[in-house]
Amino acid sequence: MFGLTKRDTKLLIIVAILAIFAPFILNPFPEGSAMAQFNGGYPDLMQRLVIFGIFAIGFNILFGLTGYLSFGHAAFLGVGSYAAIWMMKLLTMNVIPAIMISVIVAGLFSLLVGWISLRRSGIYFSILTLAFAQMSYSLAYSVLTPITGGETGLQPKVDDPRILDGALEAGQSPRANLFGLEMGSSYELNLGSWVFTFNAGYYIAAVVMLLAFYLSIRIFRSPFGMMLRAVKSNQQRLNYTGLNSKPYTLAAFVISGMYAGLAGGLLVAMDTQVGAERMFWTASGEVVLMTILGGAGTLIGPVLGAGFIKYMENIISKINKSILEQWFAFMPDGMEDFFITIVYPFIGKGWHLTLGLMFMMVVIFLPGGLVQGGQKIAGLFRGKKASDDAADGKTTPAE
Amino acid sequence: MDAIILQVLNGLDKGSAYALIALGLTLIFGTLGVVNFAHGALFMIGAFCAVTLSRILTLSHTIIDDTKKDFLGNPLKVEVPYIYDIFGQTTGDAIIDWAVPLSILFSIPVMVGIGFAMERGLIKHFYKRPHADQILVTFGLAIVLQEIIKYFYGANPIPTPAPEAFTGSFDFGAMLGFDPNTIIYPYWRLVYFAFSAIIIGAVFAFLQFTTFGMVVRAGMADRETVGLLGINIDKRFTIMFGIAAAVAGLAGVMYAPINSPNYHMGMDFLVLSFVVVVVGGMGSLSGAVLAGFLLGILESFASMGAVLEILPGINQIIIYLVAIIILLTRPRGLMGRKGVMEE
Repeated sequence: MFGLTKRDTKLLIIVAILAIFAPFILNPFPEGSAMAQFNGGYPDLMQRLVIFGIFAIGFNILFGLTGYLSFGHAAFLGVGSYAAIWMMKLLTMNVIPAIMISVIVAGLFSLLVGWISLRRSGIYFSILTLAFAQMSYSLAYSVLTPITGGETGLQPKVDDPRILDGALEAGQSPRANLFGLEMGSSYELNLGSWVFTFNAGYYIAAVVMLLAFYLSIRIFRSPFGMMLRAVKSNQQRLNYTGLNSKPYTLAAFVISGMYAGLAGGLLVAMDTQVGAERMFWTASGEVVLMTILGGAGTLIGPVLGAGFIKYMENIISKINKSILEQWFAFMPDGMEDFFITIVYPFIGKGWHLTLGLMFMMVVIFLPGGLVQGGQKIAGLFRGKKASDDAADGKTTPAE
Repeated sequence: MDAIILQVLNGLDKGSAYALIALGLTLIFGTLGVVNFAHGALFMIGAFCAVTLSRILTLSHTIIDDTKKDFLGNPLKVEVPYIYDIFGQTTGDAIIDWAVPLSILFSIPVMVGIGFAMERGLIKHFYKRPHADQILVTFGLAIVLQEIIKYFYGANPIPTPAPEAFTGSFDFGAMLGFDPNTIIYPYWRLVYFAFSAIIIGAVFAFLQFTTFGMVVRAGMADRETVGLLGINIDKRFTIMFGIAAAVAGLAGVMYAPINSPNYHMGMDFLVLSFVVVVVGGMGSLSGAVLAGFLLGILESFASMGAVLEILPGINQIIIYLVAIIILLTRPRGLMGRKGVMEE
C-alpha cells in the first residue's frame, strides 16, 4: 500500500491507530481516582507528543541515516516558529499558511547552516551546528528583538493587521484555526467515570505527523536513503568510488531542518506563542536524547523516544511529596519515610535527574534505544531467529 | 591605549577559565581519546567545593552567653563556629576568611577522586565505542551531576566571597604611568589569572620534565607501542584523567568569588570551552590554552561600547563567529595535529 512493503504498511497502520486512539490509550484511569495523575490524555500534552515526534523523526533522518550528530537543531524549530507567528500576525490566523511558511523558512535557514557546517564532519560538525544555534539564540534574545520580541517573545495581538481575516468582534482575541475550526476546541466524551478529550489541534497535528512518518519511511527505503546509510558506514569509500556525498548529506540536513521547522510551525499553531528559549542548546540536546532513547536509525524509535520523554516529563514533574505519601501510606512509618526520602529527589523538580540517569542507562546498556530493548525481549521469546530481524535496529552512530 | 589594556585585562579572567577547562578537555581527549561533555560539570563541582568548605568552616554550635543580654534581660544565645574552639577567635576568623584559597587544598583530593571514579566506573567502558556514544553518555552524566548539586545546594547562586585582603580593586593604570582611574582592576581577577598561569605552567612542566610526563606524551603519540614496551599505560592515563579533573576543579574553586556558583555554571562554560578546544585544535594542549585566552580577550573587546555601537549584539556571538571562521579556513583549528578526530 502507498508503495510500502507489507511490514512498513503494518508499522504505519499501527502508528496511525495509536495516534487516532491516543485520547483513549493515554487516559486509562478513571477521573478522580488515585491514578488519575498518570493520565496523559489532555490536549496540551498529546499535541506535544506528536509535534516532538515530528521533530525527532526529522532529526533521525540526519543522525540515524548519515550519522552526523547535529547539536543545533532547535535553531530550525525556533526559526520555523518565528516565521509561523509572523504569518499569523500579518496574514491570517489560519494555520495552513503559517505551517507552510515555517517549513520553507526553516528549510532555507538549514540550507545555509548545512552548506557551511557540512564542510566538516565528526565533532567539528557538531560544534559548528551548536555555534550556529547558539548564535541564533543570542541574536534572538538581543539584537533581533524587534523581530523576535526578545525576552517576552511573540503572541498574536488584537491590533495586528491580519490582512486576510476580517476584523475581530469586540472582546474577541485572535485564535489559531483551520478554516474556522479552532485549534483549542475539544469534544469531551464521558463514559462512566472516564473522561476522554478529543481535541481538534491534536488531530491536525497527528495527521501531519502520520504524513511526516510516511515520508520518512519512503526516505528510509529509497535509493537516496541507501546513499545516506553509505555515508554513515564509510564516507571515504563512497568518495573513492567517485561519488560526491555532499549533495546527499546536505539534502538530508535540509530535510531534517524542514521537519524541525514543521514542528516549530505546529507548536505555534497550537499555543500561538514563541520565545527564544526554544532555540537554546538544551532544546537541541533534548531532540538528541529523544532520538537516541527511542533508537537512532530505526523508523519508529524517534516517535517512541519523543512520546516517552514528553509523557514522563509531564507526569513525573507533576508528582509531589503528598502524592508520594499517599502511595507509601501502606508501609510502616519508618519505612515510609525512608522510601519517600529515596524517591523524592527523582520526582517533581528532580525530573531532569531521572532523565539524565535514564539516558545514561540507555546509552550504556542499550545503544540501540528502546527499539533494541523491545527486540531483545522479543528475541527471548522467539529464540535465536530474531537476529536477522534486528538489522534495522542495529545502530552504530558514526561520526 | 588604556582602553585596550583594560579590555585585555578584562578578557584575561574569563580567558583563564576557558583555557583551564579547555586544557583539561584536551588532556582527556589526547590521552584517552574520549570527548568528555561532563567536564563543565567538574568545573562546577570545583566551585561547589569552595562553597562546601566555607560551610564546613562556619559550622557552629549554640552557646548561651551570660555576658550579653537581650532586651528582656535573658542571656543571649550566640552561634559559635567550632573552628573557634580549636584555633581561637582570631585565627578562626582568618581561616573562615581564607576559605576559598583553602578550598584549593580541599578540592584536589575530591576532584582527583571524582576523576578516578568517573574514569574507572564509566568512561573506561567507552574507549571502543564511537565518539557520538561518548558524547552522549558524558552529556547524561553532566545532567546527573548538575541535578545532584541542585538538589543539595538549591537553584540559587551562592555568593562565596574572596578573602578580605583581595576584595576591592586597585588602580592598574597609575602603575603603568597612565592617568589615574582609567584602568581599575579587581585584585581577585589578577589573582585568578596568576593562579591559572601557574596551573597551566605546572601541567606543561609536569608533562615536559618528568619521566611520568614523558611516558604520557609517548602514550598520546602511540599508545600501542608504549603498551608493548611493558608500560602500564592505562594506569597512567587514569591518573591523567584525575589531573584533568583537578585542573577543572581548581578553575572552578578560584572562579567562585568572581561569579557566585550556581548549578548550571558548568554547562554555560562547557559549550564555550568546546568551542575553544575546537578552535585551538583537538588534541593540542598549547592550542587549547592559546585559543582560551584569545577568545576570552576577543569577547571582552566585543563588549566595548564603541564596538557595540557599530555592530550591536556582537559580544553575544563573537566566539561562535570566530569559531566558524577558523574552522572553515583552518580545518584542524589553530594548532591541531594531522590525523586527530578525522575519519
